[in-house]
Amino acid sequence: MLAVQHAGQHWLASIPARAGIELKPEHMRAIMQTLPDIGWFEVHAENYMGAGGPPHRFLEWVRERYPLSIHGVGLSIGGAGPLDKPHLKRLRALIDRYEPGLFSEHLAWSTHEGVYFNDLLPLPYTAETVAHVAAHVDEAQCALGRQILIENPSTYVAFDACEMGETEFLSELARKTGCGLLLDVNNIYVSAANHGFDADEHLDAFPAKHVKEIHLAGHFEAETDEDGRLLIDAHDGPVRDAVWSLYARALRRTGPLPALIEWDNDIPDFETLQSEAEKAERLLNAQRRPGHARLR
Amino acid sequence: MRASVDAAESLDHLQASFSRKLMQRGGAAPAGLTPPKRFRVYRNNVFASLINALRARYPVIERLTGEDFFKTAAGHFIEAHPPRSPVLIDYGEGFSDFLASFEPAGALPYLADVARLEWLRHRAYHAADREALRSSDLARAPSDRVFALKFEFHPSAALVDSSYPIVSIWETNAHDAETRPIGPDLAGEAALVVRPDYDVQNVRLDEAEHAFATALAQGATLGEAAAKGAEFDGFNLTPALAKLITAGAFCSFAFSPSEPGDPRHV
Repeated sequence: MLAVQHAGQHWLASIPARAGIELKPEHMRAIMQTLPDIGWFEVHAENYMGAGGPPHRFLEWVRERYPLSIHGVGLSIGGAGPLDKPHLKRLRALIDRYEPGLFSEHLAWSTHEGVYFNDLLPLPYTAETVAHVAAHVDEAQCALGRQILIENPSTYVAFDACEMGETEFLSELARKTGCGLLLDVNNIYVSAANHGFDADEHLDAFPAKHVKEIHLAGHFEAETDEDGRLLIDAHDGPVRDAVWSLYARALRRTGPLPALIEWDNDIPDFETLQSEAEKAERLLNAQRRPGHARLR
Repeated sequence: MRASVDAAESLDHLQASFSRKLMQRGGAAPAGLTPPKRFRVYRNNVFASLINALRARYPVIERLTGEDFFKTAAGHFIEAHPPRSPVLIDYGEGFSDFLASFEPAGALPYLADVARLEWLRHRAYHAADREALRSSDLARAPSDRVFALKFEFHPSAALVDSSYPIVSIWETNAHDAETRPIGPDLAGEAALVVRPDYDVQNVRLDEAEHAFATALAQGATLGEAAAKGAEFDGFNLTPALAKLITAGAFCSFAFSPSEPGDPRHV
């Protein structure tokens, strides 16, 4: 009986291969009133590190009704310095409290010498950096007691010191640590445009077998300058058509996976997010039909 | 092992230079980046996201100063006091002190105190949840020892006072589409900020109530605090205490250890 209960809880906690929505306090009323048919929700870990108050009450309400994924933005896994131990403890406490189906972080750094920049800053892709980041991923997985997913970043500059591509770096990282990957399709599109490489090729080289979750978001097209197109990963609008196409291509490689709609700035009403999620789910369902073999 | 130490050293060098340049607005990009001009995107992201975090904390300050002034002030604050933790809920407490000495804000002498009120409201919003003490709980205290009572303040509770009418200024700027004029002759105001349940409240206190509540917050017994309140005209202990209890200022009480019997939390 105990085993059955345990299995039941496990099923409740796991994130289904459906569209999810990034949870925003702005949508609290709409969600509580309509109990929408959304596959799952995701929150930024650091927004729930206050001691109490309305944010936790809302998240508890959501967690009782929906599968939940937690997405960290502040661990600075790519930081040269040691990982922030108190922050790992806070993450562990949050994970123990809400038992999310997935926990993810970024291939980036955001803290140096104790100063936190609140941005996902880029890394040089070298064999040495892989070893360093892998040690941090190992440490985080031990401290959090679970596998974590690492997300590919959107970048605006490349380091002359790079020795390998991002996909190779991520493959190595997953191989060394057993971490999963979070494939942010918009980030691939943004980085490809900014650095002048082919997004389809980049996606085709992505280590699909490690991918456990997909992110989708809008970007902002800044003016093209002498360095070419400049796209900003602003999460300030609907997913662009080119990114939907890239997502459909990604699904052909990964098969159906949980896919999140992110929208952080100029946040619209909840219905707008729901219709984005429905769009993502239509593409997901198309992938579930017989005859769509999973290509890996 | 050696390789990993070297990697950390060269990565540290690279991130040190990247970090330094990030905080130098208008400065050059660090070496070794392509295209160097786009380094500014990161600098913009850092400042824009932190300015947004401060805007979320200090909406009334933004309304009082205007968007552009706020952005400039926040930018200077971020340069001088960047976050030291990835938990941005805790970021920005020093903004009121910063505003107090920020010369361009000199024409708005009440700004720093209004910022203090906004910070305390933010803090109360995220404070730990505890059940507030009710007046019926107090009925259990033996009446002959009531002056020896000490109160534990609710985790969300804080006191604020100013020689400016900061509560009125906050109210009209937080709620009114068109702000009400606040007379220049209006006296200073004090308040208890508290979130006994869901909503953060400003409970206005007069001078005597503020002196009384401050003494209690500093650990005085009810008798000692009443004496502080009585230094002002018109202080009346029973309604003053009832006001604080009704507001949800406390979560428990105990007897002063100096009194006979063990200190006891109820």
